[in-house]
Amino acid sequence: MALDKNDVEKIAHLARLQINDTDITEVTQRISNILGMIDQMQSVDTSAVSAMAHPFDAGQRLRADQVTERNQRDYYQSIASATQDGLYLVPRVIE
Amino acid sequence: MLSKTVAELAGALTRKEVSARELTQAYLDRIHQLNPALNAYVTITAEQALAQADAADARRAQGNAGPLTGIPIAHKDIFCTRGVLTACGSHMLHNFIAPYDACVVERLEQAGAVMLGKTNMDEFAMGSSNETSWFGPVRNPWDQARVPGGSSGGSAAAVAASLCAMATGTDTGGSIRQPASFCGLTGLKPTYGRVSRWGMIAFASSLDQAGPLTRSAEDAALMMNAIAGTDQRDSTCLELPFEDFTAQLNQPLNGLRIGLPREHFTKDLNPAVQAILQEAIRQLEILGATFKEVTLPNNYLSVPAYYVIAPAEASANLSRFDGVRFGYRCANPANLDDLYKRSRGEGFGDEVKRRIMVGTYALSAGYYDAYYIKAQKIRRLIKQDFDLAFNDVDLILGPTSPHTAFKLGEKVSDPVTMYLEDIYTIAVNLAGLPGMSLPAGMLNGLPIGMQLVGPSLSESRLLNVAHQFQKSTDWHTQRPEV
Amino acid sequence: MSWETVIGLEVHVQLATNSKLFSGSATAFGAEPNTQASIYDLALPGTLPVMNEEVLRMAVSFGLAVDAEIGKRSVFDRKNYFYPDLPKGYQITQLEFPTVGRGSLKIQLEDGSEKTIGITRAHIEEDAGKSLHEDFQGMSGIDLNRAGTPLLEIVSDPDLRNAKEAVAYLKKLHSIILYLGISDGNMSQGSMRCDANVSVRKKGATEFGTRTEIKNVNSFKFVEKAINYEVQRQIELIEDGGRVVQETRLYDSDKDETRSMRSKEVANDYRYFPEPDLLPVIIDEEYIAAVRATLPELPAARCARFVSEYALSIYDADVLTSDRAMADFFEAVVTLCGDAKLSANWVTVDLLGLLNRSDLSISESPIKPEQLGTMIARIKDNTISGKLAKTVFEALADGETDVDQIIESRGLKQVTDSGAIEKLVDDVIAANPDQVAQYRAGKDAVFGFFVGQAMKISKGKANPAQLNELLRNKLKAD
Repeated sequence: MALDKNDVEKIAHLARLQINDTDITEVTQRISNILGMIDQMQSVDTSAVSAMAHPFDAGQRLRADQVTERNQRDYYQSIASATQDGLYLVPRVIE
Repeated sequence: MLSKTVAELAGALTRKEVSARELTQAYLDRIHQLNPALNAYVTITAEQALAQADAADARRAQGNAGPLTGIPIAHKDIFCTRGVLTACGSHMLHNFIAPYDACVVERLEQAGAVMLGKTNMDEFAMGSSNETSWFGPVRNPWDQARVPGGSSGGSAAAVAASLCAMATGTDTGGSIRQPASFCGLTGLKPTYGRVSRWGMIAFASSLDQAGPLTRSAEDAALMMNAIAGTDQRDSTCLELPFEDFTAQLNQPLNGLRIGLPREHFTKDLNPAVQAILQEAIRQLEILGATFKEVTLPNNYLSVPAYYVIAPAEASANLSRFDGVRFGYRCANPANLDDLYKRSRGEGFGDEVKRRIMVGTYALSAGYYDAYYIKAQKIRRLIKQDFDLAFNDVDLILGPTSPHTAFKLGEKVSDPVTMYLEDIYTIAVNLAGLPGMSLPAGMLNGLPIGMQLVGPSLSESRLLNVAHQFQKSTDWHTQRPEV
Repeated sequence: MSWETVIGLEVHVQLATNSKLFSGSATAFGAEPNTQASIYDLALPGTLPVMNEEVLRMAVSFGLAVDAEIGKRSVFDRKNYFYPDLPKGYQITQLEFPTVGRGSLKIQLEDGSEKTIGITRAHIEEDAGKSLHEDFQGMSGIDLNRAGTPLLEIVSDPDLRNAKEAVAYLKKLHSIILYLGISDGNMSQGSMRCDANVSVRKKGATEFGTRTEIKNVNSFKFVEKAINYEVQRQIELIEDGGRVVQETRLYDSDKDETRSMRSKEVANDYRYFPEPDLLPVIIDEEYIAAVRATLPELPAARCARFVSEYALSIYDADVLTSDRAMADFFEAVVTLCGDAKLSANWVTVDLLGLLNRSDLSISESPIKPEQLGTMIARIKDNTISGKLAKTVFEALADGETDVDQIIESRGLKQVTDSGAIEKLVDDVIAANPDQVAQYRAGKDAVFGFFVGQAMKISKGKANPAQLNELLRNKLKAD
């Protein structure tokens, strides 16, 4: 499947990736090539096959409802770029 | 001394021929000498290493040392290490001092291994040549104009160049086995769920597995003893009783049935590589194995299916890199969208962005069934191929890579060509099976590996076969002149 | 033109676990920002989810309470979108295979009839953090304490036809959740949040109109008001020749209006796919049976029992059982005093009135069941009259604690000495010869006058039954 520039811009927005205008043609071309390779799959009839999401069939292991974490806010926030009063800062969120 | 196997070094430590501190210092000296050229390490933790070495010596003196106590190790920079930069080959994490240790790191530390530093890798493990690293490419110790393979290229180069005794790697589509092949090492990708993924920065969650990169199968078994096993922090980690992976190493191979996939031995395979494999097959026959042809008819679909599933999972796994709580944040974001788009646009490299976009596309409305579900179905076909084959044979042998290490820059401009590098390894990840690569011969002065694949949880058997092969050959003892 | 309203509700209930859905962080409300956010909650790379077993038990118990199909194999999915209160960039939820499937519950309508409301599904998911918009130099602050708190999202069928039905449904859900003890149901703290999908169509139409989703409605009262506002808005829009746009709208309780959330206008593509870090949750009949065995008596069953066991009216029984704590209170009172009818009256009229006036919940009641039970027992054993019991009740409401001491210190004890009452009756008859004559001439209504006079003189303490009997006898006799 070949993509056009608009498709790539839409995907880049969904993925929140800035793509420079000068790169968009090349990016479009490369992603189209990859999708072309992927499209080999379409030649196979898989109508009778069930999808496989995991390498093994097993059920989820659960944990007991216990609080095991303690407050390490200052330590964890030491690696953040912008914090104030214990909060992470981001440009204003508009509701 | 520095090029000895872990098993040999453990003996030397036990016999007090060398102390862990001396050994560690010797590796550190060699790293300082050679790493500027090879770029295998991105972070060297000398001070911490010497402290760990002293602790290991003390532990040995107290008589409670294990086989890995005092053995210097390098960790792929995908594993979180508390208080140490964990950059995952990315500008995005150039400032990420992890506040916790990965399970694998923790367990090796408990076993007494001495961490020398963190090794270079393809950015977020996305690559087959180590050329997508933000820290620049790693050079293959056998020929510095060539790549070491990827994504665990730094780990492989470090072990091959004797910049450590052993190293950790991760394998999502071949990232342990292909560098092992290119650098003349033994590399094992365990069964999915054998080794905890806790603290291992996720690329594709249903495919990622950590494993050893070592000089011998015996070393790999020793490392597996330390890293394998249930971890309550990883819901996908299997609950199994402790297994001693060295226990079966010395079993004879009589009666072993090995399958040769018809699809792997075709004209597409370099004839010289094919000849090397034939020689290895002859050797294994001498050791008692029998061979028969098997078929993996859907293997050719493994690369397309993988390049849907892995990018799809990655596209979500990498959403957390948003410049808010850790990692790279763009300067002066104008608004929230700008913060996200520029932090991610500037923080991620081209290959990572490409894969995120491919994955985003494959999951988006209108394409989910045609791409994602289709790929999951093909994944089942690929798994079924293996299941059928293992009805007839105990394990499967084939090439790890179509050729020896290629030149830096040779394939980096064409993603699709690069993706096809992993044609022999990817299916193993899709099926969740254990696979290993071990040196099978030399071609024009470069090592080439062969791949062994077994059914789920057959690591001990794979290691047994590899060990028996290594006892009767010396390919794995070859070392590059650096 | 006659319009029909169609409403479906999506209710998010925070489950009252100790720790989060996928991490061992505490879930307590009101902690300092980000002090209950672990490396998993912060989405640090390499961290992984491990599911809390209590969440599964709570979800299954809810499913059983609404007669729902229980998913034997539920699957978690990732819902992808970028927002600062969503640190992983995806929410772990259940799309195709929820833990709770189709179920239903009955609501009581104003005319006394019952209506069954379909429950489409209820799925487990993670709550998001909070964005705080106080001014941090033009920035927003992110608190991730709430991120990862377990939610059960309960989705109703579009079976509700007006705001009152919606509120009745919501109150019924609230009641069930509190009975099960799976949430504190506190709407003002956001433990129970409601999104309403609202559309209108011409009466008799079979197709649904275009719906809007109203978010952020955090009280029963506001749900009613928001729906009524939105219904009116849609009708007026259509009648003026406009069209309803499918969108998310925010209810502003200060202005009592809904308004479009422009920031979410861009159509989202959530790119759901199965969460690869988690395996399917598999449960068997044995597990379901074990959860069923722990279920408490639920409101509907308890209501029926109150009618049969205590001979209460359906109305009283429904009022009493809508709130588990109130039903417990009532039953404690009955046990002490032995009179269900009296207990029901005192609880539903006097106590509820008191609580409503002071805006308290039953658990915050200043009067405890032991006190109310003792008080009613004193009515029963004729220590005090029902009328003077009000004085005792007021004293209890004001914080006094000992019923007998209140009776004693205020001299509220009934006069039951027949000699004393006889003297009282004689005095009243002697002092009012005109009224006696009227009564004897057949004017029965005057009887009340004598009772009133006697009570006045005795300061309300004469035993009414004895007084009545003696009065009748004496008035007849002469």
